[in-house]
Amino acid sequence: MKSLMIGNMAIARGAYEAGVTVAAAYPGTPSTEIVENISRFEGVYAEWSPNEKVALEVGFGASLGGARTLVAMKHVGVNVAADPLYTLSYTGVNGGLVLVSADDPGMHSSQNEQDNRGYGRFAKLLVIEPSDSQEALDFTREAFDLSEQYDTPVMLRVTTRLCHSQSLVQPGEKLDRPLKEYKKNEAKYVMLPGFARLRHLEVEKRMAALREYVEESPLNRIEWGDRNIGIITSGIPYQYVKEVMPEVSALKLGTVNPLPEKLIRSFASQVKKLYVVEELEPVIEEQLKAWGIEVTGKSVLPRTGEYSPELLEELLLGVPAPSGYQLDESIPARPPLLCPGCPHRGVFYVLKRKRLTVTGDIGCYTLGALKPLGAMDTTLCMGASIGAALGLEKARGPESARKTVAVIGDSTFVHSGITPLIDTVYNRGNTTVMILDNGTTAMTGHQDHPATGRTITEEETSRLDLEALARAVGVKRVRKVDPLRIGELEKALDEELSHDGPSVILATRPCALIDKSPKPSLYIDEDKCKGCKICIKLGCTGVYWVQEEKKARINPDLCQGCGLCIDVCKFDAVLERGAN
Amino acid sequence: MAADTTNILIVGVGGQGTLLASRVLAQAAVAQGHDVKVSEIHGMAQRGGSVVSQVRYGPKIFSPIIKRGDADVIMAFEKLEAARYLPFLKKGGLMVINTDRIDPLPVMSGEVAYPEKLEEKIARVVPKTISLDATGIAAGCGTSRAANIVLVGLVGRALGFPLDALEEAVRGLVPQKVVDINIKALNAGWNYVDNDLISMVRD
Repeated sequence: MKSLMIGNMAIARGAYEAGVTVAAAYPGTPSTEIVENISRFEGVYAEWSPNEKVALEVGFGASLGGARTLVAMKHVGVNVAADPLYTLSYTGVNGGLVLVSADDPGMHSSQNEQDNRGYGRFAKLLVIEPSDSQEALDFTREAFDLSEQYDTPVMLRVTTRLCHSQSLVQPGEKLDRPLKEYKKNEAKYVMLPGFARLRHLEVEKRMAALREYVEESPLNRIEWGDRNIGIITSGIPYQYVKEVMPEVSALKLGTVNPLPEKLIRSFASQVKKLYVVEELEPVIEEQLKAWGIEVTGKSVLPRTGEYSPELLEELLLGVPAPSGYQLDESIPARPPLLCPGCPHRGVFYVLKRKRLTVTGDIGCYTLGALKPLGAMDTTLCMGASIGAALGLEKARGPESARKTVAVIGDSTFVHSGITPLIDTVYNRGNTTVMILDNGTTAMTGHQDHPATGRTITEEETSRLDLEALARAVGVKRVRKVDPLRIGELEKALDEELSHDGPSVILATRPCALIDKSPKPSLYIDEDKCKGCKICIKLGCTGVYWVQEEKKARINPDLCQGCGLCIDVCKFDAVLERGAN
Repeated sequence: MAADTTNILIVGVGGQGTLLASRVLAQAAVAQGHDVKVSEIHGMAQRGGSVVSQVRYGPKIFSPIIKRGDADVIMAFEKLEAARYLPFLKKGGLMVINTDRIDPLPVMSGEVAYPEKLEEKIARVVPKTISLDATGIAAGCGTSRAANIVLVGLVGRALGFPLDALEEAVRGLVPQKVVDINIKALNAGWNYVDNDLISMVRD
């Protein structure tokens, strides 16, 4: 019986059917639901790893141990895992190993839109790309066979539109697959130069074998139509091609590295005008050009952003998108915001008021960069806030450290904030680090991590003590504050910034979306409100401005009763309902 | 796009339950034997930002996303979002607006004004516009959070889905303890449309 599944669920199902028994990931949009769903299958060990590098290393060990293993991450996570990945290509596998790279064209929820098909060529991997949920399941199953057959990690490359689109899937039977035997084999698994040189020769042999395989692979197919136009495409763009140009001939590629040269040459020779339709980088197009095949791609289609059916209609067919209905009205933007009651809000309010330089990091709290809080100077990648603050100090002198704060979430700190903190201590930095500890990985949908003390399946486990950890790496000044108490925050910042040497301030309070503790119901006394707008500057949807009255008011449906506006109001106009 | 394909664009503010609404309609479409695709947005945009999910069904669906000017129905959970996505509506398409107003930050802070009488302005441009207080109707059924299901009831009927297919989809997708309230909300939306409205919509 067919059922609707998002691409990520279909990948999880495919892995389960293929007999996966180990899965590891660090959460990251759009990949999060893959291992989350795998963890719910019987007989599979799944984990949230502290970061993607660890996830892939766990995957390496599990594969060696004979298990079919899946490791999933968002595109930028592969950068973190790139170190083990490149050499994993040399060692090869024992149990099949599939790495899912979930790319984000259009940057729905990412800091860049890198095209990870590039890793295939660079790390010499088989890269396959499905274009709907059924293929996501089928390709994932197939990937494990291919991984074992060619002794290679296989990259399953998907994009946001695949991960988070639902389509119909016919699930299959679960394979009954015994654990493969583990055999010690240092020449294959110990990458000393002498062994690695020999393995590199094996890698090249494998790539040659894969080049043969892709010519005949059932993952590639030609759909003949009008031969005046031929389109080579893969993944989600294939769907857009079929939507707007169902009549043309299409070569749909499931294997995007290596590319099937003979198949492509044959297709190219049988069509009049050849296009490549691929989002982001001209990975396929450049290979065709290197082979001397005349083709049109990025000269008419963009290298940036996500494609859409109307984009292809406009740029390939010259059909302007239908105008639809128009309203003569300017529509105010609706940017994403920190939630009402979010404990991060108080931190950014204070940082802004103190006019501090703030090196930021990746998470919900990156929204602290937006107006009206606007209290962030940098966001680069996971964990970068602490190293960036140290670098700023080394460039501008220790005095600058008195005006600089590194801000990082608890999950991000565990992911990759610990080593730069060690660097700060080791190299005599004076950075003040604020760990925004809301007890979860909030942005991706509240996943657990080592400092929550719960596993992916919500079992109790040893909890990483962030305070003890900071002390253990040599930070002498470590303190906890409540991020919703402005006075407490200001005092802590003043003291730590003026003090020489590194310090860590743990701003601890649970994410407003998971905090179930009772909160007061608040309102604004209209007689006391002087219309100073200080509460409006908190950027909270729970409080709004009434232009006609020049007063602020609380929206009881949205207000979470966090009390931050009580703290900032100079006229005691915010009151608790029912309190005296 | 094929004439026998139906495109529903569901727009609102992160946290309003657009995802559930799209899943209920999609499930009902599957039960009717259609090919179905749904496109959702997860992650950062969900934090109070403008969100859109898309449901397409028919004999064979390729693209999971709807072209500009090609939506048969826009289900707007909030007025401003109805206005924002208006250009996606097909000429002759149906616009359903929940009359909720949720101020975006630039409005809350007093930087810009929330446009006045939006639903009237839209109705002047779009002949097939239905505005209703789905949030109020849902509150009458037990929780204002079921406004999404009220809208599903209305749109489901306008698109010709059988009530029992929608009910079954709701039962399969909402948590057990709120099934009754949501079934009530679905029926309230279903009964909101009278025969005149139905013939206008299907005209």
